[in-house]
Amino acid sequence: MPAVSKGDGMRGLAVFISDIRNCKSKEAEIKRINKELANIRSKFKGDKALDGYSKKKYVCKLLFIFLLGHDIDFGHMEAVNLLSSNKYTEKQIGYLFISVLVNSNSELIRLINNAIKNDLSSRNPTFMCLALHCIANVGSREMAEAFAGEIPRILVAGDTMDSVKQSAALCLLRLYKASPDLVLMGEWTSRVVHLLNDQHMGVVTAAISLITCLSSKNPDEFKTCVSLAVSRLSRIVSSASTDLQDYTYYFVPAPWLSCKLLRLLQCYPPPEDGAVKGRLVECLETILNKAQEPPKSKKVQHSNAKNAILFEAISLIIHYDSEPNLLVRACNQLGQFLQHRETNLRYLALESMCTLASSEFSHEAVKTHIETVINALKTERDVSVRQRAADLLYAMCDRSNAKQIVAEMLSYLETADYSIREEMVLKVAILAEKYAVDYSWYVDTILNLIRIAGDYVSEEVWYRVIQIVINRDDVQGYAAKTVFEALQAPACHENMVKVGGYILGEFGNLIAGDPRSSPLVQFNLLHSKFHLCSVPTRALLLSAYIKFINLFPETKATIQEVLRSDSQIRNSDVELQQRAVEYLKLSSIASTDVLATVLEEMPPFPERESSILAKLKKKKGPGAVSVELEDGKERGELNGGGDRGGDAAIAASNASTPSPSADLLGLRSTAPVSGTTPSAGSLLVDVFSEAGPSATSAGVNDDGFLSSAPPTVASEDPAPPLPESDELLNKFVCKNNGVLFENQLLQIGIKSEYRQNLGRMYLFYGNKTSVQFVSFNTTVSCPGELQSHILQCICTHTHTLLNVQTKTVEPLVEGGAQVQQVINIECLTDFIDAPLLNIKFRYGGALQNISLKLPVTINKFFQPTEMAAADFFQRWKQLSQPQQEAQKIFKASHGMDTEVLKAKLLGLGTALLENVDPNPENYVCAGVIQTKAQQVGCLLRLEPNAQAQMYRLTLRSSKDTVSQRVCDLLAEQF
Amino acid sequence: MSVEKGHLDSFKHKCCEDLYQKLYILVFPCTLTVFVIYVPQNEDTEQQIIRETFHLVSKRDENVCNFLEGGMLIGGSENRLIYRHYATLYFVFCVDSSESELGILDLIQVFVETLDKCFENVCELDLIFHVDKVHNILAEMVMGGMVLETNMNEIIIQVDAQNKMEKSEAGIAGAPARAVSAVKNMNLPEMPRNINIGDISIKVPNLPSFK
Repeated sequence: MPAVSKGDGMRGLAVFISDIRNCKSKEAEIKRINKELANIRSKFKGDKALDGYSKKKYVCKLLFIFLLGHDIDFGHMEAVNLLSSNKYTEKQIGYLFISVLVNSNSELIRLINNAIKNDLSSRNPTFMCLALHCIANVGSREMAEAFAGEIPRILVAGDTMDSVKQSAALCLLRLYKASPDLVLMGEWTSRVVHLLNDQHMGVVTAAISLITCLSSKNPDEFKTCVSLAVSRLSRIVSSASTDLQDYTYYFVPAPWLSCKLLRLLQCYPPPEDGAVKGRLVECLETILNKAQEPPKSKKVQHSNAKNAILFEAISLIIHYDSEPNLLVRACNQLGQFLQHRETNLRYLALESMCTLASSEFSHEAVKTHIETVINALKTERDVSVRQRAADLLYAMCDRSNAKQIVAEMLSYLETADYSIREEMVLKVAILAEKYAVDYSWYVDTILNLIRIAGDYVSEEVWYRVIQIVINRDDVQGYAAKTVFEALQAPACHENMVKVGGYILGEFGNLIAGDPRSSPLVQFNLLHSKFHLCSVPTRALLLSAYIKFINLFPETKATIQEVLRSDSQIRNSDVELQQRAVEYLKLSSIASTDVLATVLEEMPPFPERESSILAKLKKKKGPGAVSVELEDGKERGELNGGGDRGGDAAIAASNASTPSPSADLLGLRSTAPVSGTTPSAGSLLVDVFSEAGPSATSAGVNDDGFLSSAPPTVASEDPAPPLPESDELLNKFVCKNNGVLFENQLLQIGIKSEYRQNLGRMYLFYGNKTSVQFVSFNTTVSCPGELQSHILQCICTHTHTLLNVQTKTVEPLVEGGAQVQQVINIECLTDFIDAPLLNIKFRYGGALQNISLKLPVTINKFFQPTEMAAADFFQRWKQLSQPQQEAQKIFKASHGMDTEVLKAKLLGLGTALLENVDPNPENYVCAGVIQTKAQQVGCLLRLEPNAQAQMYRLTLRSSKDTVSQRVCDLLAEQF
Repeated sequence: MSVEKGHLDSFKHKCCEDLYQKLYILVFPCTLTVFVIYVPQNEDTEQQIIRETFHLVSKRDENVCNFLEGGMLIGGSENRLIYRHYATLYFVFCVDSSESELGILDLIQVFVETLDKCFENVCELDLIFHVDKVHNILAEMVMGGMVLETNMNEIIIQVDAQNKMEKSEAGIAGAPARAVSAVKNMNLPEMPRNINIGDISIKVPNLPSFK
């Protein structure tokens, strides 16, 4: 190739790039790119073989186009060809293209690996380095498979160039990190360790990263590196600042390498060999001494490098935690840095001191700096530094200074940056609890916390304060008084209302003697906040009200009045409405004794690790745990006794599962009565619901078909539907929510909603036992003819408590847990048989196999139709063919109460038409059944005969099967 | 040749598959970002990371510390941003907790001093027009996110060797220069217009005096 054409080619690429840059619009750019792609494609496909240079140019263009965000689906072969070029620039572009564009499962990987192999054996250091860089940048498994054996050889071979050794060390490190199983330890490992002694400092720099990583994973195999590292470190530390020439950085000998050596030593315990240990201690002392020497340069780089080593040395001293003398010196050194004018040093000093505070040798020494740290919290301009100061205060806190520190943190909270408030709140809450000697201080602190930073007080915090107040009867009166006072504030945070509601509901009687906080005053105070609160809080307040009725019978009338008001009993929120109805009923029908039992004071909670602590750990990640472990030890002081060791472990494992029930103070496990929850989807915030579940549900939830005798069929095939399943089905014809099934093990609740021909059903499977169900599996099938044309059920499992959608969690239902399943239903055409739900799981090894009918009936897809009398009779007449009508005459099996009948007819889904039938005793209804295939208009007439206790039911619709089915269904309801 | 590669490199240096995060480097001149990410991210995330990082770093005052706990995008509190500010340039490294903070500050300093030597008084425009070289120099220091060499002289020797090789292969010595001028004459709408003449004269001489 003549040299001129190369110049032209270069210009071609530059022109292309500048063309792209000049494009005024995205469209123009795409047009230009497509033109270029077509050009390159034709060149690659052309008959004329391309020389390496052109290939490089086009590959380079493709790469550029790719990096602009366009897909490239060709040119890979040409790039691979470039790898075998013997020109550096061509090879380099080839490798670049491969690194960026070739994914690891490409078929080309074999060719690429071949090319790399050739370069690795080429003995040309530049080419070897290119190949090693490529492996390190891609780092895929295939590459690891191909080269994990080769690279260690290159690394330890005596004749490898230093620059190649450096690249090989990092390349191997990269492969080890990506696929540790493929990098086999072997004879090379001991020789790698000896690279610490290498003449070339660059090689040592690269090798030490590799060795540090390998030793942290296989400490035993690399044990010998300790003495080598110590002697290398000792040589660097004791060398004069000029000895290491190029590796001396602003008068500090090899700072980077020193730091790395000190890091490596942190993978191991203190050396056992006395001589090695002596030498190391000497090194550390020298480093500490040097910090006191006058600086050799005023440049910031000099002090940076020097201090980088110093901080690593201090980390090592803290890691060893065995040399009291060194620890105290380290602490003093850090103390000096706390007031240094360099912000970086203050930051790092605060951070290191945090770990120092957990050492028994230096804890006291750290505490002497409390004023400085508090000052830093108040005056530092940099939020990162303030954050570190807060961390340190938390770490150095103990019984002697807790009040001071908590007070400082609280006052800081008023002005703290929003980003760290939540964490601060958690820390204050934990410290207050951990070091609470008198509980009134604890209650004050937490209420202050809510007052100052209510928005950042997570549920765990206010749950915890309630938990503690309930468990400590000496503080209950004080808590009630304080919370009552706090609620006096015209604007108080919702969390305060929650705590107030709960505590007054439980212990309001303790302050009721004072006329200023008489029962009615308490109630009015709480109720004045009611309307400003969110639904969960209102729900909690309603529960507090019913507790009030029990505590103070004199408030009963007032509270019943409130419960009876339309805004409660007709509340659009289902949960609130249900509570209002249930509580109203409970208060009016239950005797005082029953009421007192149901609404008994909450029993003490079992001792367990604070959920706040768990939350903080989650927030801070595993790094923070070392400090927290201390907390675990001292926790015993607070809640007095109790077998805690196991609890802490359990709670720690709980911490990783964000289960709301864990946050909920373990209510499930503590509920005095093991009963059913009042409603399947009851709000978790309902901290009362478990206090009196049996009575509330018995009073209101009239799902009287809690069938006994679980049919356990030991077969893998779906069991035949339970005998009572038809009956169960009928229960749901006129209602959408309730308990579908229940036996000793399992409860299945249902909530469903329908719109036109679509429906969504939530199934709640509750494990009533304390043992987990394994292989839990549910299937929904549409029997017989249904399958083909009627229903489409799309099932998705979700775990309500965990809210995880992974399949692996799904088959397990923990004891006491509830799993939710959502079923989407589409009605394609009309149908008779309901879909079958089969549930299989293993309980204590025995297979449980239950089949039920899902309460999906044709009437669920009714759309009510309002019409006038004239319209009704006109349509009634239109549907006069005999097969369009279905009629039944049957005896009443329930009472013939008008309101009940109306409710059932409405529940059917049709519109109840008033003033249509000439006889006011009769009921007429109209609706349209929506299916995907068609709409079926449906008219209904129900004629009760009270004297004979008989009904005549007449159905007319445009489709005979529908008339018959709806008639059958409805006849069972009266 | 150098020019084309420069543009390519200026976008990213991508690894295919890596669960391991060590560090990435961002250099922010006012108008152009040079960054190397050693952890694969999709394009959007990368752009977001850059935006977030720039936002975090650029609003910080002088006299605050050079360390910054990262946002969620870069892996939360496990990783830290360590940056240095030279005139109009920010050099940002993101490292995990296994690195010495002050050590990384030194590394940035070595990087900048090396740039200064290679470009003979480096200025912002040098970085814009020679992004490729910037990357080459970086590649001699950092490989796959891990520190390869900290000795400035050693790095410069390697970079020189590469330059020589490129020149000898390019045949005529003038080609690279022509290409450079081609790029300089290109209409790069988003770039030179934003730089006023006053800024161009801001070099980074006597680097050590800058903090």
